[in-house]
Amino acid sequence: MLSFTLKRLVYVTPVALGVSIVCFLLVHLAPGDPLSAILPVDATQQMIDEMRAIYGFDKPLPVQYALWLWRVLHGDLGTSIATGRPVADEVGRAVVNSLILAVVATLIGFTLGTFFGFVAGYFRNSILDRVASAVSVFGVSVPHYWLGMVMVIVFSATLGWLPPTGAGPDGSGNWRPDLEHLRYMVLPALTLSVIPMGVIARTVRALVGDILSQDFVGALRAKGLSDAGVFRHVVKNAAPTALAIMGLQLGYLLGGSILVETVFAWPGTGFLLNAAIFQRDLPLLQGSILVLAMFFVALNLVVDVVQTALDPRIERT
Amino acid sequence: MTRLSLRLGLAACLSLAASVASAQGTLRIGMTASDIPLTTGQTDNGGEGQRFLGYTVYDALINWDLSSATKPSELSPGLATSWAVDASDKTKWTFKIRDGVKFHDGSDFTAEAAVWNLDKLLKNGSPQYDPRQSAQGRSRIPAVASYRALDRATLEITTKSPDATLPYQIAWIMMSSPAQWEKVGKSWDAFAKTPSGTGPWKLTLFAPRERAEMVPNAAYWDKARVPKLDKLVLVPLPEANARVAALRSGQVDWIEAPAPDAVASLKGAGFSIVTNVYPHNWTWHLSRVEGSPWNDVRVRKAANLAIDREGMKELLSGLMIPAEGFFPTGHQWFGHPTFKLAYDPAAAKKLLAEAGYGPNKPLTTKVLISASGSGQMQPLPMNEFVQQNLADVGIRIEFEVVEWNTLINIWRAGAKDPSARGATAINFTYFIQDPFTGLIRHLQCNLAPPNGTNWGYYCDPAMDKLFDEARNAFDPSEQTKVLQKIHEKYVDDALFLMVTHDVNPRALSPKVKGFVQAQNWFQDFSPITMAK
Repeated sequence: MLSFTLKRLVYVTPVALGVSIVCFLLVHLAPGDPLSAILPVDATQQMIDEMRAIYGFDKPLPVQYALWLWRVLHGDLGTSIATGRPVADEVGRAVVNSLILAVVATLIGFTLGTFFGFVAGYFRNSILDRVASAVSVFGVSVPHYWLGMVMVIVFSATLGWLPPTGAGPDGSGNWRPDLEHLRYMVLPALTLSVIPMGVIARTVRALVGDILSQDFVGALRAKGLSDAGVFRHVVKNAAPTALAIMGLQLGYLLGGSILVETVFAWPGTGFLLNAAIFQRDLPLLQGSILVLAMFFVALNLVVDVVQTALDPRIERT
Repeated sequence: MTRLSLRLGLAACLSLAASVASAQGTLRIGMTASDIPLTTGQTDNGGEGQRFLGYTVYDALINWDLSSATKPSELSPGLATSWAVDASDKTKWTFKIRDGVKFHDGSDFTAEAAVWNLDKLLKNGSPQYDPRQSAQGRSRIPAVASYRALDRATLEITTKSPDATLPYQIAWIMMSSPAQWEKVGKSWDAFAKTPSGTGPWKLTLFAPRERAEMVPNAAYWDKARVPKLDKLVLVPLPEANARVAALRSGQVDWIEAPAPDAVASLKGAGFSIVTNVYPHNWTWHLSRVEGSPWNDVRVRKAANLAIDREGMKELLSGLMIPAEGFFPTGHQWFGHPTFKLAYDPAAAKKLLAEAGYGPNKPLTTKVLISASGSGQMQPLPMNEFVQQNLADVGIRIEFEVVEWNTLINIWRAGAKDPSARGATAINFTYFIQDPFTGLIRHLQCNLAPPNGTNWGYYCDPAMDKLFDEARNAFDPSEQTKVLQKIHEKYVDDALFLMVTHDVNPRALSPKVKGFVQAQNWFQDFSPITMAK
C-alpha cells in the first residue's frame, strides 16, 4: 500500500509540472492586455511601458514562466494586478469558501444521487426507475446557472425566504456554521448539487443493475441471505466507484462553479476567476487555476489511494 | 454606587436620545464592480470607483457641486477655498488651502500634505510613490509640470504651458493622509485596510470583493454635507440579474445599472428607477485617415440624419437620451449648433447622392465594435440597429467585433494601426465631463496616436485654434463661450456619428429618501435617509 502511494506520488510530479505550463500559457494566449485593469483607458504609451516593466511583462515568456515557477515553488503566487493584494491570500480565502460550498453540495448530491441510483437500479424498468432516472437526467442536463436564477426568482425575489447573494450577512470573513449563514448557502448548494446528483444517480443505477445480474448475488440469495444482507453486499461492491465519482465531482465543483458562484455572488474561486478573467488579472488567473488544478491532482491521488484501500484488487492491476 | 448608577443611566439615556436623533438608517448599494474599488485615495474601477470610494472617503482640492439634479454640475471649492492663475505668468496657479480641515486620523490637511499627495502620483523616487494610484491619477493631470507649498496654507502649481482646464484636472486628485500612511508602517497595502481621507465618510470595514462599510465623518468641514445615514454599505454585484435579485429580496436598497429588460418588473414591484442626463455619449468615432469615406462632410451628415434615435430609445426601454450633439442638450457647453440631428432618411439619401453614392454605387465600410464594455450600454443590439438604419439610406456597414479590452487597445493605437483592420470608425463611448476628456483629446492635431487618443487622426487648424483659446480662457464665462464654439463645430461639421447619451439608471427601494441624482458621473450620498 505504501509503495503504491509513493509510486502514485511520483506520477503526480510530471502531471503537476505539465499543469503549471498549461495554465501559464493558457492565460497568456487569451486576448487582452493585463494592464488594462489598472490603467485608465487614455493612459499614455509611456505609462503603459513603465507598468509593463514594473509587472515584468516586458520579459520573454520563457523567462516570465521560469520566474513565476520559482516564486510558486517558494509559496509565492505573486500579486494581483487589479487589487495589489497577494494572490495566495485571495485564492486561499476563495478556496475555503468554495470548499465549504462544494463539500455541502457534493454531500447533498451524493446522498440524493445514491438514493435515486439505488432505487432505479433495484427496481429496474418499474415506474420508480423511470421517475428516478428522469430526475437524474434532469440533474445532468439542466444548465445550473439557469436553475440558480429560477431558484432566486422563486425563493428570494418572490417568496423572500432565502437571501439571493453573498456568503453571509457580513461577508464570508466571519463565516460560522449557524442558521443565519446556512440560509445563505441553501440556494447555491442546492443548485450546485444537481450535477453530482445526476451523475452519481446514473452511475449507481448502472452499477446496481450490473451487480444484481452477477452470479454471486444469486448465490447469496440461494444461501438464504435476506434482502437486507444482499443489499449490503451490493452497496459494498458499488461503493468504490461511487466514491471515485464523488471525489471527481467535488473537484469539478471546486473549479467549475464559475457561473453559479457569479449568479449567487458567492465569494469563492469561481467568482474570483470570473473577476480575474474580465480584468485580465494574469497573476490571479494563473494562481487560481494552478491551485485548483493541483487540488484536482491531489484529489485524484486521494481517491486512488482510498479506492485501493477499499478494493485491494486495484493495487494489483 | 448609586451616583455611579445614576451617571451611567443618564449617559445611556443621552446616548440613546442622540442615536434616535441621528438614526437615519443604513443604505446598502449593489455596485456593478466585481471588487471594492481601490481604497487608498486614487481609485480604480473608472467612474464607479471614484463615485463610491473617491468622493466619499476623500476630497480633492476642487470638488464637483453635486447638489442639483436640474443643471449640469460645476466645480466647487473643496480642500482649496480659492484658486487663481498668476496675472503675469499664466502657467503659475496658487491654491488657498482650507483652514482647519482634518483627516479622519486627526492630522491636519495642509499645503505640504497636498504636495505629498502629488508626489505620491508623480514623483517616482518619493517614499510614498504608489504605482497603483499613479496609474490611475497621473494621466488625469497632464498639465502639471511642478508644484510646491509656499506656506502651510498656499499651494503653487506650475503647468507645462498656459492651461485654463487645470481646475478640472485637479478635481480628479484625491488627498490621502500622510500621517496615517506613516502610522501604518508606510505601506499602501496597510493603508488600504484603514484608509484616512478628509471626506464625509469614514471607511470602517473593508472585506475585499465582498463588502465595504462607511460611517459618517461627523467632523466633516462642510457641515451641510455631513451624512444623515448611520451607515453606507457597498456590495460588489457584477452580475446584472444578481443585482436585481438582491434588490427585490431586500438584501440591498439600491442597485446601479439595472438591465433594461428588468426595468418594467422593478417598477411594477414598487421600486423607483431614477435616471438623469450626465456627461456621457455613445458614438462612432470616425477615421479621417486618407481614403476614409467619412472625410466627406456630406457622408458624415447623411449618416447622422439616418439614425432613428427615437426607435432606439424604444429598444432600450426608454433608458437613453437621443443625441442632439456630442454633449447632451442643456449642458453649459452645448451652444447653438445649426445642424440638427433629426431622423431624415430622405435628406440623408440626397446628401449621399451629392457625394456620389447611390443604389448603383453603395458606400461600404468597416466599423469596429465590442460585444460589451464599461459604458458601452448594449453595444450589439444598438450597433445592429444603427447598421440597419444606415443600410436603409445606402451605407453598408460590416462589423469587426472584438473583445472590449482589445477595442481599448485598438482605440489607443489609432485608425492607422494594423490592429484597426482597415476599419473607418470605432464604436466608443466617452466620459465627457471636462474640457480635455470631453472635447480636446479626441480632435487635437498633436494628440493623434501615439501621443494621445485622437483615434481618427482628425486635424483642423481652426479647431486647434479653438482648443488653444479654451486653454487660455482663464475667465470661466469666457471659457464656456469658447467651449460652446468648439461643440458647435463638433456638431455642425458632424465630426462623429452622434447617437445617444446614457441616463445612468439606478433602481432604488421606496425606503431610500432624499437622493438628488446630479448630472455627473459622481454622486453625493450625504442627503440620503432611509424611511422605516
